Amino acid sequence: MSLADVCVGLIVAGLTAYAVLGGADFGAGFWDLTAGGPARGARVRGMVERSMSPVWEANHVWLIFVLVVYWTAFPVAFGSIFSTLYIPLGLAALGIIFRGTAFALRGQAATINEARTLGATFALSSVLTPFCFGAAIGGIASGRVPVGNAAGDPFSSWLNPTSAVIGALAVLSGAYLAAVYMAADARRAGLPDLERAFRARALGAGVVTGALAIGGLFVIRSDARFLYDGLTSGTGLAFVIASAVCGAVTLALVWSDRFNLARASSAGAVACITVGWAVAQKPYLLPGHLTLDQAAASHTVLEALIISLGVGFVILVPSLVILYRLVLEGRLDKEYKPLGQRFEP
Amino acid sequence: MTGELTFAVDQLAGAFGRPPNQPDLLQARQMQALSFAVHIPLVCFGIAFPAMVLFVEGLYLRTGEPAYKALAKRWSKVMLILFAVGVVTGTILSFELGLLWPAFMANFGDVFGLAFALEGISFFVEAIFIAIYVYGWDRISARAHLLAGIPIVIAGVTGSLMVLTVNGWMNHPTGFRIVDGRVVDAHPFRALFGGNLWHELTHMYVAGYMVAGFLVAGVYAAAWLRGQRDLYHRAGLVVALSFAALAAPIQVVIGDWAGRTVAERQPLKLAAFEGVGTTEKGAAFHILGYYSDGEVKAGIPIPRLLSILARHNPDATVQGLDTVPASDRPPVNVVRYAFQTMVGIGTLLALLGAFYVVVWVRKRRLPRSVWFYRAVIVAGPLALVALIAGWTTTEVGRQPWVVYRVMRTSQAVTDAGGLWVAYIVVAIVYALLIAAVVWLLRRLARRPPEVGVEAEAT
Repeated sequence: MSLADVCVGLIVAGLTAYAVLGGADFGAGFWDLTAGGPARGARVRGMVERSMSPVWEANHVWLIFVLVVYWTAFPVAFGSIFSTLYIPLGLAALGIIFRGTAFALRGQAATINEARTLGATFALSSVLTPFCFGAAIGGIASGRVPVGNAAGDPFSSWLNPTSAVIGALAVLSGAYLAAVYMAADARRAGLPDLERAFRARALGAGVVTGALAIGGLFVIRSDARFLYDGLTSGTGLAFVIASAVCGAVTLALVWSDRFNLARASSAGAVACITVGWAVAQKPYLLPGHLTLDQAAASHTVLEALIISLGVGFVILVPSLVILYRLVLEGRLDKEYKPLGQRFEP
Repeated sequence: MTGELTFAVDQLAGAFGRPPNQPDLLQARQMQALSFAVHIPLVCFGIAFPAMVLFVEGLYLRTGEPAYKALAKRWSKVMLILFAVGVVTGTILSFELGLLWPAFMANFGDVFGLAFALEGISFFVEAIFIAIYVYGWDRISARAHLLAGIPIVIAGVTGSLMVLTVNGWMNHPTGFRIVDGRVVDAHPFRALFGGNLWHELTHMYVAGYMVAGFLVAGVYAAAWLRGQRDLYHRAGLVVALSFAALAAPIQVVIGDWAGRTVAERQPLKLAAFEGVGTTEKGAAFHILGYYSDGEVKAGIPIPRLLSILARHNPDATVQGLDTVPASDRPPVNVVRYAFQTMVGIGTLLALLGAFYVVVWVRKRRLPRSVWFYRAVIVAGPLALVALIAGWTTTEVGRQPWVVYRVMRTSQAVTDAGGLWVAYIVVAIVYALLIAAVVWLLRRLARRPPEVGVEAEAT
């Protein structure tokens, strides 16, 4: 295994963490968006706020982690991707501003109208952002990003069948994860009605996401044959199968109300498909244009990066463990309140 | 090293093979500057605010006075909001590095990227412990809570340290060579700690305390003038103001150090600070006026002061802008006005801070004049202006280079279209963002303190 492989491993690990943790925060926004009017949706929205509050900033940092490792280890590929895919990535950036700010400020809203405006902004951008990220990944994976400064097509690089599939998958898988996690959170908080509501959502989203993933394979087959081949042979296939198994196990666990186990298996399903994609496009970083070894920075740089991150992880990992343990033990939980209750006289 | 690189400049063909052809370079620069100007005040709060919050919490733990706890809680809530907004504006900056300057990243991402990787780790730590700190009030033990605050203080410092290593490197690039138009032989650690890091870091760090301190103090100075002078408001005023008032005079000394380093390492930049058209011995410093045709017009000259400031020697030679071709000079008036603004405001704030400290030391009380409190209210926004003026000075002063004397900003920019559209959208979005944040913080400030309320409703 070369140093470049280690760096790709770090990037894929970061991306997986972002998909599993940050993705669920976007998914929570999806359920906020679809929760219905202010009265009907108040309970679901209250749960979204309570579940996301302590963790979303830390979850978001995985994105920064992926970006910084990417541009240090593979600078030319990074410049090529960002200059060609500037529209989806620019939209994702706007989505990130709106999502984060609106969520942070909604907690301080004083009237139901303020909360609704901020909430709608938060929820809409929670759908826009993962779609754009997925579409950008679709553009890379389907070989539409060549090497160079804005060398690819600014539109077809992300408006294409593979991008559409991966974009939709990013939105739905987030929604699916969020529903599973919040069903577990609702049980811990002792809120049976919300537990049932998110259980139903988890089952529905699980079935739809699974169907889309399988259907999507056929779309990818006609649009990006090499990616399809990678996903349906060797190690790639193993991860796809593992993802499907995790997905099926999750459905069974949710069905039988074992939400805490379902948390792990649903995360496993999303993690396996992310890793599967990375494996499927090996040895390419930009499929058809640039291999991993061509793209990698010098040995000195990669070595310095890996050692520094290794030292950083000594601090980071225990910190993350403390945070998630406190969260899962309910030690940082706010008292549950339906959103909008505080505005009532 | 720099001389060698200057020679290599025109040979930097770059990793993409051909130079970009971007008609809207100015929009790209404006967009970056705008995003930076929105983010940097939040960085000040990241640097300075956690220490203030912890200080107040420490006061509570020592005295058991509920007003201190209410204040620490209120401030921690503000800290969380500003951190959340800083998370997103900081993300935008990292996106813009790729979206606006892909050729810069493609050529140099490996040289300086390590700093951002380390910054990422410290950002992580900050996010984790801010969550534990803010949501952990009354839920984890008092001791554990205070301990959870310490990593936030440390991460605020290390995070800005790492980012400033990159800026220091851009101003004084080391740790790589250029061979056949390509950047080779990158040594990340040498690059990061070989630049202008130390004076930039100290200057920014102290600026963080001035901006956050004066802005927070202004809120309580206004309350003071309205007659709210209970322990809660008094503590808010004294703590924030003390941090800022101690920082402001120190900043003068650090600014002098920074100026001399620039004089030595980036003489052209110093020439732009002061509008020095031709090389002079015993150069004068001009207050106000404008730069035109190689000299400052309508300014008030103070003989020899520039030589004294730049080299601590009244006869020292100061290099003029005419020593390089016009295409290698920064836009002098922008840099010079920004510099004068920073220095002027910095001087006023140092006087204000010194006055407060002197009154406190000699009379053991707060100043009594209403004008003092009015001045404190104005000091916050002024400190913000000085901060942005200072960054304008150093960033525009570096132009036309993105990597000083190695890569021009025009070589770094994207070839993508639509920068005008993006610029307008970004400007509108940031206007909305600022309006929303200011509006909600003002509302939070107007809420009565939750003294004695145990489980505070969020």
